[in-house]
Amino acid sequence: MAAVATPPAATAPRKVPPPVRPRRRRVRPGRVAINLVLLAVSVLYVLPLLWMVLASVSDTNSFRLQWPSSLTFDNFDAVLDVDTTYRPMLNSLLLCGFGTAVTVVTSVLCAYPLSRYRSRVRRPFLYTILFSTGLPITAVMIPVYSMFVQVNLIDSMPGTTLFLAASALPFGIWLMKNFMDGVPVVLEEAARIDGANTMQVLWRVVLPLMRPGVVVVTIFTFIGMWGNFFVPFILLLSPEKLPASVSVFTFLSAHDQTQYGQLSAFSLIYSLPVVLLYILLARKLGGGFALGGALKG
Amino acid sequence: MTALAPAPHGTGPRRSRGAPAPAVRTLLRGLPTLPAVVLLAVFLAGPIAYCVYYAFTDMQLTGASGTSFVGIDNFTRAFEDGDFLNSVWLTLVFVVGSAVIGQNTLGLALAVLMEKATKPVRSLVNGVVIAAWVLPEVVAGYLMYAFFYDQGSLNSLLDAVGLPQQNWLYTMPILAVCLANVWRGTAFSMMVFTAAVNDVPRELLEAAEMDGAGPWQRLWRVVLPVIRPSILTNLMLITLQTLSVFGLIYTMTRGGPGNKSETLPIFMYQQAFQNSLIGYGTAIALVLLVVGALFSVVYIRLLKLEDD
Repeated sequence: MAAVATPPAATAPRKVPPPVRPRRRRVRPGRVAINLVLLAVSVLYVLPLLWMVLASVSDTNSFRLQWPSSLTFDNFDAVLDVDTTYRPMLNSLLLCGFGTAVTVVTSVLCAYPLSRYRSRVRRPFLYTILFSTGLPITAVMIPVYSMFVQVNLIDSMPGTTLFLAASALPFGIWLMKNFMDGVPVVLEEAARIDGANTMQVLWRVVLPLMRPGVVVVTIFTFIGMWGNFFVPFILLLSPEKLPASVSVFTFLSAHDQTQYGQLSAFSLIYSLPVVLLYILLARKLGGGFALGGALKG
Repeated sequence: MTALAPAPHGTGPRRSRGAPAPAVRTLLRGLPTLPAVVLLAVFLAGPIAYCVYYAFTDMQLTGASGTSFVGIDNFTRAFEDGDFLNSVWLTLVFVVGSAVIGQNTLGLALAVLMEKATKPVRSLVNGVVIAAWVLPEVVAGYLMYAFFYDQGSLNSLLDAVGLPQQNWLYTMPILAVCLANVWRGTAFSMMVFTAAVNDVPRELLEAAEMDGAGPWQRLWRVVLPVIRPSILTNLMLITLQTLSVFGLIYTMTRGGPGNKSETLPIFMYQQAFQNSLIGYGTAIALVLLVVGALFSVVYIRLLKLEDD
């Protein structure tokens, strides 16, 4: 999904729940009803996910939700080859890996002056960054396509990578700046007195102290790019360069009527990295991903 | 570390001996922003400038040679084009239906209800709602296609409880894509509201309870007013996100049947690439960009930069 445009207040201390007062242990009907409503909602949420898992290990191809008569891994076997899985996944990894690296490095560099120095351009610059986080990237894709045609960057992996990086950059800078603001300046001044220059201070003092922040930005940027469909769909043409997001789509169109099992198997393989990364991220932040903190306005 | 010259990058107002003039110092300090500025200028500002220019030309995919300036023709054409107006209407339905009403209300409801639920239920809801959010867009589209398909899970479910079935993707595609976007996007609002509701001061709630306010009154008179800023910023953000949804709809319906689920991004894509009308497509992109920019400005005003 598109990168969300607000920084999680991850470095802010989470609110500790107040001590639980002794409570009468009696089943309240209100609570039961609430639990039931929530369970009903989660059933609706689970069904599509469950269908994907079941379809991937079932030998019957249908959209109907049904328990497989027998477990089979044929679908996984069928999709685990170079053309269907390995190459698109590798392409995704290259595009998103390099894209994320570019975004993270440039946003760390960019965030430092924004976080540390006051100047007349700082405020307009920050507003521009914030403004860009809100722009619908979808709308930019057609001019980007025309531009890429003119400078011969269409169907170029490096070109697509750089565009992905640039489109994730405003959010990356904004997040990184907020994390950096949480690092006390005192420690930096000590390093400066010892004679360290800006890059040394940034690398040896600031970055180690904001490592969780860097991890959050990295994982978040990567997840956003991994799922991105429209950008590579427009900018890349050769089948051998397509990332998994586009190849799963072409797979979907080409095998529309028959291969639900294989499609589900591939969808699972393709989704697994981001799901795992998200779980890592949620752990890192101690459960509930505190996006909202910075949204209080 | 070997440099003996005093570091020019002091953080305070102190100026060391031999420090460069203020203007030079500002430039030096700004130097690390350079890679980001270049990337943003080339890949975002550049295309936006191009967008403004192309929108006033009749550029076609077949080559730039025949491109000429046509003024506001693309825009007058758009506003006389029934398909364009249809897609504006569908975009409005999609944004209001799936974001403003769907994601926002469901997210708020889940956040408020989860506060009162037992822990396993809370973890379950949290897990599945976020899972739908983390899945790649095309996978979500595929799952939703399967769910709403004629012989899909939704119809099985309706059949099981004795309700009439529908070929959802055919009879009411815009509703299907709206619900799909609610399924996929609610996690964001849920997380925003969970954090906001957690921050509502307990004393306020207890005081209200003392004064005899029931759960509804506490929600309506205490919780909602306190989290109002979060609601507003959340609305802005999900509006912006929903405005540019492409992959989900394209995977599910490709804007069809006919043009019954053809929102602006899909219409733009079809004009530019299927009808080869880059100029026209760009004009539509510009409309989308301007709408997005307006929301973005409102969002910034709501957020305010807290320091300086």
